[in-house]
Amino acid sequence: MRSVRQNVVRRRGTGLASLWRYLLAGLGLAALLVGVLAVVYLTAPQSAQPIAPDVSRTKNTDNGLFVASFAPERGVVRQGELQSWLLTLKTKAGAPVEGAAITISGGMPQHNHGLPTSPQATDYLGDGRYRIEGVKFTMSGWWQLHFAISATAGSDTVLFNVVL
Amino acid sequence: MKRLLCFLALTLAAILAGCGKPDFSDAEKKTIASLALNTLPLLKPDTTNRFADVPAAAALGSTLFFDVGMSRDGAVSCSTCHKIDRQFQDDLPQAVGVGRTNRRTMPLAGVARDPWFFWDGRRDSLWAQALTPLENPLEQAGNRAAYAHYIKARFGERFERIFGPLPDFSGIPLNASPLGTDAEKAAWNAMSDAQRDAVNRVYANIGKAIAAFERSIEPAQTRFDRFALDLFTGAEPKDGAAFSREEILGLKLFIGKANCVTCHNGPRFTDNGFHNTGVPPVAGLPPDRGRIDAVAQAEADPFNCFGAYRDGDVSACGELRFMVKDAPELIRAYKTPSLRGAATRPPYMHAGQFSSLDEVVAHYAKAAPSVEGVSEIHPLQLSDRERAALVAFLKTLSE
Ligand code: HEC
Ligand code: HEC
Repeated sequence: MRSVRQNVVRRRGTGLASLWRYLLAGLGLAALLVGVLAVVYLTAPQSAQPIAPDVSRTKNTDNGLFVASFAPERGVVRQGELQSWLLTLKTKAGAPVEGAAITISGGMPQHNHGLPTSPQATDYLGDGRYRIEGVKFTMSGWWQLHFAISATAGSDTVLFNVVL
Repeated sequence: MKRLLCFLALTLAAILAGCGKPDFSDAEKKTIASLALNTLPLLKPDTTNRFADVPAAAALGSTLFFDVGMSRDGAVSCSTCHKIDRQFQDDLPQAVGVGRTNRRTMPLAGVARDPWFFWDGRRDSLWAQALTPLENPLEQAGNRAAYAHYIKARFGERFERIFGPLPDFSGIPLNASPLGTDAEKAAWNAMSDAQRDAVNRVYANIGKAIAAFERSIEPAQTRFDRFALDLFTGAEPKDGAAFSREEILGLKLFIGKANCVTCHNGPRFTDNGFHNTGVPPVAGLPPDRGRIDAVAQAEADPFNCFGAYRDGDVSACGELRFMVKDAPELIRAYKTPSLRGAATRPPYMHAGQFSSLDEVVAHYAKAAPSVEGVSEIHPLQLSDRERAALVAFLKTLSE
């Protein structure tokens, strides 16, 4: 195939007849290629990408009791390192939720495995902010963190998606 | 008309010119870049071992690593199993020291970057790990009192220059350990708390010296890394860095359809995690449940990060503190090994279950269920050509 290309380039201008012959050959080849590519593209399976999960960092909890925000304490998400994150809990009216008991679970829905660590709420920083330590993402992809929250206003749950 | 034909001819030329070159999507390129050795971060300081980066400690550690005097029978050292010219492993399905062990010797390149040690991760630091084979009756089979006496007699001054004055050993039995024979245990129990602590401190420092040495064992550049770098910079592959079509197919499968990169990721090709991959047990060996049985051992180890022999503060102990303790997926879960250099050091898996990379790939394609717990591996439709391509790619990590 390479040599055909070289011929096309090199022999141009060595007489009209041969030029036409090569150009026609080139045209034929190009048409063939377009045809093959068309078949490949039309028959290729639809891309297997799942619908992108909702990665918003602020959400209403599942029963609407609280508004929860979840963000890395130092701003960036680093793969393979233990990091602390902040979970901020407010009521619908915007008042900080204090004294909440929080348990955390999660994993990778597409790989059927849980979290590589057991993150815990280790500190209350005031203003509805809880420090979640021991968060670690060991691979790129779609992770889920599930929080069960129990406070004087009641118990509720919320799920955050993190895509790396 | 002539212009149009010229245009078509040139387009064709451009398409054909692209034929011989690897063709990766941007996502593939990103993944390939993340596997290359040049993305390996600098080794972090180990604050739990304040001698970790002290050259004299590493030099002593290297002496101890190769010293057969560090064993009950005077015939076994770390290097008996971790052979320096064999990627610090021994090519055996199960290691042989004073006795025959139940697991395969692990290669050591880059080991200082791990959060957990052993196939099941039952130790949480490199220095605590080193103390385990020294007293394991199947490996070096010694006892900590004997090691303390040996260090004082053989390396006394050298040891003291690094770690400070050795304690007074008069009155300390020649053989004693909480893990040894009945006689050694009795001798240990008869010692005072202060004596036990003095011996433990010397013992911990032996581990810290050996760990300082092991920090220098790092993975080497491979043909894959040169290929990845060229791909990244757009340079023409040189010096045999170019990949064959088969190797390119293998790489694409590894990071794509075959899903290998979900666990074997980053520049060391490991996520440092534990997974049940359905590797069958070896007949005749004692039951081995992997990570699930290691959790309690890591917690009980007096030399773990929470223990009295850690240097620095407790903030370094996150892995132990936030360890997963009782999930069902820990059953028969083993540490994801690095794949660098794997092609030239069969056999494979935690007890040498497979003798070739062909067998490893066949195992992943078949994805047989685990004898206990649930395997995370799902069957793969791989043609013979694709299997061979995966193996060809793995070989580029050893060249
Ligand atoms: C009898 C052979 C033998 C001897 C002697 C031995 N090892 Fe090992 N080493 C092994 C085996 C087998 C494993 C895996 C054991 C397991 O998972 O239970 C291992 C695991 C390790 C690991 C963990 C690597 C990882 O990736 O988690 C390190 C580090 C290590 N050895 C260092 C040493 C040091 C240091 C010494 C000497 C103090 C030593 N070994 C002595 C056979 C040996
Ligand atoms: C779910 C995580 C996971 C996936 C996916 C995975 N591996 Fe592994 N791999 C492991 C673990 C864990 C081990 C060690 C298992 C054991 O010893 O029981 C291992 C072991 C190996 C070994 C043996 C290395 C050695 O030193 O013993 C090779 C080679 C290997 N994997 C290649 C592959 C290839 C190729 C693929 C893709 C077809 C793949 N792996 C997919 C986790 C995984």
